[in-house]
Amino acid sequence: MVDQIFHDSDADRAFRAKRFSGRLAIYSILFLWAIIALFPIYWTITTSFKMAPDVMKGNMVPFWDFTPKWLGWRSLGLSPETILNESTVREEFLKRFWNSAVIAVSASVIAVGLGSCAAYGLSRFKYRFGFMQNSDISFFFLSQLILPPVVLALPFLVLYKALGMLDTRIGLILLYALTVLPIVIWIMRDQFGSIPSELEEAAFVDGLSIWGAFLTIILPIAAPGMVAAFILSLVLTWNEYFFAALLTSSHAKTLPVMVASQTGSQGISWWSMAALSFAAILPLIVIGIALERYIIKGMAAGAVK
Amino acid sequence: MSVEGDLLHVVTADNISQRRKLTGKLIVWGSAGLMFAVAIIQMADQNGWISLNFENWRPTLYAYILWAVCLCAGQVIARGEHGKRTLFVLPATLFVISMVVFPLLFGLVIAFSDWNLASPDGRQFNGFDNMRQMWTDPFYWNAMRNMLWYSLAIIAEYTIAFGLALLLNAQIKGRKFFRVAFLLPLMLSPVAVSWMIGKSMLENRFGPIARVLREIGVQSPSFFSSPEIARLMIMLMDAWTYIPFMMIMILAGLQAIPKELHEAAEVDGANAWRRFWEVTFPLMLPVSITAILIRIIFKLKLADIIINVTSGGPGGATDSVTSFIFREYRDRSNVGYGTMLAMFYLFVIVIAMTILIKAADRWMRPRY
Repeated sequence: MVDQIFHDSDADRAFRAKRFSGRLAIYSILFLWAIIALFPIYWTITTSFKMAPDVMKGNMVPFWDFTPKWLGWRSLGLSPETILNESTVREEFLKRFWNSAVIAVSASVIAVGLGSCAAYGLSRFKYRFGFMQNSDISFFFLSQLILPPVVLALPFLVLYKALGMLDTRIGLILLYALTVLPIVIWIMRDQFGSIPSELEEAAFVDGLSIWGAFLTIILPIAAPGMVAAFILSLVLTWNEYFFAALLTSSHAKTLPVMVASQTGSQGISWWSMAALSFAAILPLIVIGIALERYIIKGMAAGAVK
Repeated sequence: MSVEGDLLHVVTADNISQRRKLTGKLIVWGSAGLMFAVAIIQMADQNGWISLNFENWRPTLYAYILWAVCLCAGQVIARGEHGKRTLFVLPATLFVISMVVFPLLFGLVIAFSDWNLASPDGRQFNGFDNMRQMWTDPFYWNAMRNMLWYSLAIIAEYTIAFGLALLLNAQIKGRKFFRVAFLLPLMLSPVAVSWMIGKSMLENRFGPIARVLREIGVQSPSFFSSPEIARLMIMLMDAWTYIPFMMIMILAGLQAIPKELHEAAEVDGANAWRRFWEVTFPLMLPVSITAILIRIIFKLKLADIIINVTSGGPGGATDSVTSFIFREYRDRSNVGYGTMLAMFYLFVIVIAMTILIKAADRWMRPRY
């Protein structure tokens, strides 16, 4: 062996070691937090396949220290052997699921529709309603974010009772649309603000009307922002519990209310609760993984100017 | 707070005939008249002056919707191009006013009355009785104090979120995986979280966390029996859900900082620690303050987890104002008193947030 002539000096080697330990620290923190973030979800999935002794012994890894059983899913009527049979629990679950889906989607559509128009108007035209100017109107919309739901809850309870709208989907849809509207306006104002107004000017020269330019030129450009706003509203409205618990009783009950009401009655039958919880969060996990880009875009919109 | 996009300046010469203007006005006022007529008829029916036996107030609602539509249409008919521009903002404004301002005014009326939905007497005006009762209600003030504690927990959440954002912004492999993994808690509904963590993982006998604690040597761990620990658990669960939210806002801010600044600081011989405190952190101040303010707003609505895990216990130690009012209604159907509590809460929030925003504004203004 010949001695290596060119080699790193000792100072550089120390640097490399330091860099390596730095990397190690970064990755270990990242993995630690990933475990903190994912373990509850993992726990819920595995618990839904456990039986009572597995729960009590605290077995965690499927196939290694316990054999997965369809117990939890059978009680929901969603296991392979019960999926074809009649099941009242499954009916109930699907009904709540459908309610949640209808309410979340319609509320988000209303909020994005109204919010986009308002945000576009505010970013392009000068308004004057009495003493209110553009910035006041913007503030009026965004200030709704501060309003805690509990302030509206009881007046709405009484109002909806008088209007015969308690326990109806439309009642919840309107209320949910209201709660997400400020967020939509916030995101969309940012979107429209970044589109140059020369585009519309060109469109006007070509003979389009204001609404024509908005619908055919501007909206397609702002579509990613609208998707972001829509997904964010969808997540918030799907998860909403407080209003749903107060304003619905049987007909329009949503999934979170069903999950919450089962917690008490089922006691320790963890497997079925786990199955139910997991079925309730599954759509959002899918959305979160598939559309993560849009969610991050939506939430980042307000942060950076 | 305001982004002023470049405003469009459109010159329009509308020739709107006198007749068209008149038609527009007629539609608006006609539908308004119809709405008032329907409302008055219903009120008369309600008070028993005439008997038409309406089942509910739906007719008035329909008349109101008709009026709102006519108001929008009337704008275009009477004011042409200007009306079309107003049409962008008007529907949202009408929606918010009818869904917020009107119920709030109605809520003020309820707040000063004794109204128990379970009792047959109906609403009775009782002046400031609710206010007096609130003033001496130890549980309400306890809930208010808890809100202060819960809000203070945001400082810790912010620190963790900032740290995670810094790590995600570093040169790492598999960034997408970590981003998705960190984001997932935010997607989950608080109700599911309160079962997944609060009821099952934090269970005293079989829960995995109790098991780990027992391994370490904690005798019979319990999470929701002593007030302090119970409150801490609620804070932790809420933090678990919302840290991703702050993290993403801060990450967006970090990505917007130009790389040159760091390079310049590095050339000047600043080490990583000084680089953070003298370049990154000051630049992140506006984003941080926005993130914290929004987080405070969300925190003030905290209720779902508390309602489902502890329902305020032990002894009201974990109650937030919202969950307290929720139970006040659920247990006693006391609408009047509950509304008064909520209104007072709103009052406190508005004042506190105004002070906070003003202070943040002053603090962020550059001094040199």
